[in-house]
Amino acid sequence: MKEKNFDLGNFLRKFGIYFVLILMMIILSFLSKSFMTVSNMMNILRQVSVSGIVAMGMTLVLVTGGIDLSVGSMIAFAGVIGCTFAHPDPSYPLIVVILIGLAAGALCGLVNGLIVAYTGVNPFIATMGMMTIARGATLLFTNGRPINDLSESFQFIGRGTVGFISTPILFLIAVCIISALILHKTSLGRYIFAVGGNENAAKVSGINVKKIKIFVYIYSGILCGLAGLLLASRTNAAAPNAASGYELDAIAAGVIGGTSTSGGRGGVYGTIVGALIMVVLSNGLDMLNVSSYIQQIVKGIIIIGAVCIDQFSKGKDS
Amino acid sequence: MSNNEYVLQMSNISKSFSGVKVLDSVKLDVRPGEVHVLIGENGAGKSTLMKILIGMYTRDEGTVIYKGEEIKIRNTKEALDVGITMIHQELSPILEMTVAENIFLGREFKTKVGFVDQKKMKIEAQKLFDEVGISDIKPSAKMKELSTAQTQMVEIVKAVSFNADLIIMDEPTSSITDNEVDKLFSIIRRLTAKNVAVIYISHKLNEIYQISDSITVLRDGEYIATKATKELDKDELVRLMVGRELSDLYVTENHSQSNVVMSVKNLTNGKLFKDINFELHKGEVLGIYGLVGAGRSEVVETIFGMRGKYEGEIFVHGKKIVISSEKDAIKNGIALATEDRKGTGIFLGLPIRNNISMAWLNNLTKLGFVNGKKEKTETNIVGDRLKVKAASYANAVGTLSGGNQQKVVLAKWLLTNPDVLILDEPTRGIDIGAKAEIYKIIEELTSQGKSVIMVSSEMPEILGMSDRIMVIADGENRGVLEHEEISQLSIMNLIAKV
Repeated sequence: MKEKNFDLGNFLRKFGIYFVLILMMIILSFLSKSFMTVSNMMNILRQVSVSGIVAMGMTLVLVTGGIDLSVGSMIAFAGVIGCTFAHPDPSYPLIVVILIGLAAGALCGLVNGLIVAYTGVNPFIATMGMMTIARGATLLFTNGRPINDLSESFQFIGRGTVGFISTPILFLIAVCIISALILHKTSLGRYIFAVGGNENAAKVSGINVKKIKIFVYIYSGILCGLAGLLLASRTNAAAPNAASGYELDAIAAGVIGGTSTSGGRGGVYGTIVGALIMVVLSNGLDMLNVSSYIQQIVKGIIIIGAVCIDQFSKGKDS
Repeated sequence: MSNNEYVLQMSNISKSFSGVKVLDSVKLDVRPGEVHVLIGENGAGKSTLMKILIGMYTRDEGTVIYKGEEIKIRNTKEALDVGITMIHQELSPILEMTVAENIFLGREFKTKVGFVDQKKMKIEAQKLFDEVGISDIKPSAKMKELSTAQTQMVEIVKAVSFNADLIIMDEPTSSITDNEVDKLFSIIRRLTAKNVAVIYISHKLNEIYQISDSITVLRDGEYIATKATKELDKDELVRLMVGRELSDLYVTENHSQSNVVMSVKNLTNGKLFKDINFELHKGEVLGIYGLVGAGRSEVVETIFGMRGKYEGEIFVHGKKIVISSEKDAIKNGIALATEDRKGTGIFLGLPIRNNISMAWLNNLTKLGFVNGKKEKTETNIVGDRLKVKAASYANAVGTLSGGNQQKVVLAKWLLTNPDVLILDEPTRGIDIGAKAEIYKIIEELTSQGKSVIMVSSEMPEILGMSDRIMVIADGENRGVLEHEEISQLSIMNLIAKV
């Protein structure tokens, strides 16, 4: 008897989230004929690409026991900085635009990391400050107006397709693979878990805790840079007010996927499923003509519900 | 036997967790006004039995007769209502509140208009302190200003304030100094003089003989014996607990060789300690003994790079080294299993394997990627060597017993193949069986030529394990005793010397 109970709790915690996603998709495919179609599936993946990329960085930050509230602002900041170099005339090589966008995100992330690692200001406050600073800088830089008139080559990264798959989806897949390798296969990933699991013990084990913290915030910044470019490319404009509220989606994706906000526990697979659940939900409810107001309520319930289940199964173990 | 002879009679208590029997027909009879020790190795069922008594668990079978009546307690509040209270090993006061507020938490005195009557609470708290003879705690002090021992006193006073007739104390002396232990005991004696019964859980044999009237021994969830303390000698007690003799516990061969592995000259760290000098020889256990607060942990933590800048010199194999972080220390072949296992030793939520490999991971990676196969082989070897008992190394360390957690910490450091292995209170909070295993591990290491520094505040342990002993008091090195000079008396003389 005992093993059965024990396994169920463990099993739910590990795989419950996958079942929730599959169940949702089955139900939605019965409710709406146009849900389970190739074009809608691609649509969902395209929708999840930007938020999914951001959520990957957020996951690494969360696992160290931190949080990054500045992702939305970093996306906008990196988008406008990158796009300043993405006009057709004078034209710069695409790679230059991309590198500049990523560097803009990395810079914000570096500042976040330095503050968190060296000053003892807690990550919530440090990145909340950065959220305002980066947004302000973006508005200042653009004078509040979006940057339009972007080159053909730049538009490709967010709107192009390779075969039948849109480019943002390819970026998402690449980011997932890289993040999974970092977190689950490298010593760096081990140290990220160690810092979140027990910072003092990590230090005593000879781990450079500051370096690890700085890394995860830079990583989050770089991914925001990429997300900013993709978003600007897709909408053909870098808007200074873009991506506000994305931090909440990213945190929600991580948390639904089983990453603990107190650190030391989580993973990128859960996060991507978490991000998918959020997008599938809004996509499906849109098709069923459910008002976006109600959608917000449902989203909130799912976030809290996911964490409740997680807490419940954790309690059972001990 | 009249019913009134005992305040508490638990009989035939059985309890299973998901099919595993953790208590099997256990009995416990406690007289009013006595200190009754409940002893047994970790996993013997002491805590489960006590948690059944205070209603945190429900029993599967058995009866509890309290003051002559059969009772069924469903939660800790009901236990409090009948006069049973437990002082847990890990105390959890509300640090920002005052002593008086903590004592009367949830049952504050109110003024006529319904506000909290701070004045009355302070007066009542003071009365309670006077009653049990505590003079050094002010009811208006905040809990965070108190020492661990004082916090414990407040818990005891809180128990008294409920007019408890039965107080359960779970390892109350695990983190307080000898001086404070004396104080605790005098309070316990005052309580028992008022006919309050105390169930005292402890691993420390010396204390048990000082304070208790009778002893009940549990082993593997079974009742073994109940005896009057004065009729039960130490060897017999240990035999009852573990089924082996006390003399088997320590391994006392002298392994000191003449070559010096590490030497420390004039080591000074601010106000923590000054001018510490010692040499560590190959294959020996150098004991560092001192009372709590003497600076012994600070010395080893400084050597391991945890305490910032220091003055003086540290040599390993004759080469001077400079240590500014834990990483430097590890690189120079030094390892430290800290005294605070949960705080700085293990990662409770991470798998056993990842814990063991954590300090050696750089040597198990290629281009940044962990070589899973190599990691598995090496962690298995060291884990098996230390006999870490676990169903799978993929399980979280938090699922292990204290003794096995400590073995995981040791495994982590052995994997780094250190020249100098420093153990700070290596057997704190673990049961006597696991202790014996750890002593055996230390013995094996030294016979293989490893050098160990062992910090301990347990006199029998330091006497039993050390080849030489350095005594520290008030942040000063009071002297190093050679093997033939070691005795309790010579140690105490060094501490008393000014």
